[in-house]
Amino acid sequence: MKRKDIYLTVVSLLVFTVFLIYAHFRFDAYKLRILNLCAIYTVLGLSMNLINGFTGLFSLGHAGFMAIGAYTTALLTLPVATKAQNFFLKPIIEPLSNIVLPFFPSLLIGGLLTAFIGFLIGAPALRLKGDYLAIATLGFAEIIRIVIINAQRVTNGALGLKGIPATTNLWWSFGVAIFTIIFMLLLINSSYGRAFKAIREDEIAAESMGISLFRHKVLSFTIGSFFAGIGGGLLGNLLGTIDPALFKFTLTFNILLIIVLGGIGSITGTVISAFIVTIAGEVLRFLDQSINLGFVVIPGITGMRMVVFSLMLMLVVLFYSHGLMGTNEFNWDRMFDKLSAKKLLAKRRD
Amino acid sequence: MEMLRTDDITMQFGGLVAVKDFNLNLNKGSIIALIGPNGAGKTTIFNMITSVYKPTKGKIYFKDKDITELAPHIVTKLGIARTFQNIRLFKDLSVFENVLIANHLHLKSNVFEAILRDSKYKKEERLMKEKALELLEIVGLSDVKNEKSSSLPYGMQRKLEIARALATNPEILLLDEPAAGMNPRETEEITLFIKKIRDDFDLTILLIEHHMQVVMDISEEIYVLDYGITIAKGSPYEIQNNERVIQAYLGVDEGA
Repeated sequence: MKRKDIYLTVVSLLVFTVFLIYAHFRFDAYKLRILNLCAIYTVLGLSMNLINGFTGLFSLGHAGFMAIGAYTTALLTLPVATKAQNFFLKPIIEPLSNIVLPFFPSLLIGGLLTAFIGFLIGAPALRLKGDYLAIATLGFAEIIRIVIINAQRVTNGALGLKGIPATTNLWWSFGVAIFTIIFMLLLINSSYGRAFKAIREDEIAAESMGISLFRHKVLSFTIGSFFAGIGGGLLGNLLGTIDPALFKFTLTFNILLIIVLGGIGSITGTVISAFIVTIAGEVLRFLDQSINLGFVVIPGITGMRMVVFSLMLMLVVLFYSHGLMGTNEFNWDRMFDKLSAKKLLAKRRD
Repeated sequence: MEMLRTDDITMQFGGLVAVKDFNLNLNKGSIIALIGPNGAGKTTIFNMITSVYKPTKGKIYFKDKDITELAPHIVTKLGIARTFQNIRLFKDLSVFENVLIANHLHLKSNVFEAILRDSKYKKEERLMKEKALELLEIVGLSDVKNEKSSSLPYGMQRKLEIARALATNPEILLLDEPAAGMNPRETEEITLFIKKIRDDFDLTILLIEHHMQVVMDISEEIYVLDYGITIAKGSPYEIQNNERVIQAYLGVDEGA
């Protein structure tokens, strides 16, 4: 990185921090939640992009991993009294009922536990390839959800958890998001990141270059699960209530949408598209209500928003199959080049 | 010194015997060619040596060490590198990255040291990059190092594959049709190039090739396969005058 680029990055980070401070004090709860969701989806998108985009493993188990992170973090941060209130059908098991930890260690434990489960699932499942891997991971995610529903004395089953301390704020979510971005950039640009990409490009060639497919696939999968767990933990403590129905396949689909739209294999693309998808999801909410066009009134159809969303995705895949960024990353030089190119064009028109 | 030996290796796919009782002795510094009509089992032999396939029967020894049951990436680590008949580059990555990736197997830093960029990793990364640049210089690809590998012309892609194989620090190099699809001038160039890297990198080379000109010019010994069976073995001169080889390639003249 050149010195100029470092300055520009630091300055833009400062500007962004100022914006966050402004948002923190001026935005209403609704807008704050959307902003938080943008950051959380960035973390989730990046973790999925590491597995699917950079290592080329078609995995659809994200919702399951998020559930583990969300439940672990929530159970560790819930105050003793609230736990007792939640578990009114069957009491919570012994040691867990009295353990209350601060947010950060809970989040970390949630991430580590998810990484461990990710490792346990990945070790056998990653012997599969392509569609078979997708089906296997999808199955494992569903197994995790069913286990959560049935382990009533640990997770409160289908009732879910309520009254989770709303610790996630802009500082936590954006702090973690920025940490994740830096972590991924360092990982992808290291020798290990190159090995991941080699596996994505051609497994047989990668193996004959001395890269252990199994070790690197499991490594990528475990790191991805870790961040999925962290993202889940942030989400649970943002929403305040979680239940198994939240972690169905649609959640995985949302994250998949983000990485496909942003460009599979681009960190910048994922970040941009996490913001676009999250904000668009809210902006397009008016589609679910009845719309009066003056001469005709369209009745409100719930789910219209998702129809429009899916159409958008189809258009992107049809006409822009590499997503917004393809496998490219943002850099200052290119941005300035583009800007000056636009200026030149404008001048020429005059 | 004997680098590689195969003892009666056989590869059977269901009812099809692709290679039967193949015996090979590869001495240090030699260039040996495998020839034979299409489907004779040449590439299958490469796949067995590099452990992509496990032989149905027989053993493979690398410097007297049994490598038959090892995983492919371990075999590469021990010092056997290969290229592919249908070029298998990392298409979306740059020429430089392609060669860098082949250095990864010797990396000693773990993933955390790599992410934290500690001094040990930084040093390793620097050495890897220097080595990759040096290799690209040797094969004459340093001008295109930032190009996407799939955008290179065919001949250069073949050379890049060889450079990438060399980056793993091999002692034995297996070349699968290095001159395939090349014009006469390129063919001559690659012949010289193979001899040069053998000397410069202290290699032992086993190659599969259909260009007889290349084969006769550089190989010290030739193994001829037909339907998985070794039908002849000897110096280029002996092979050129071997009845069975001529039959396998040209067919038997029934009128005679």
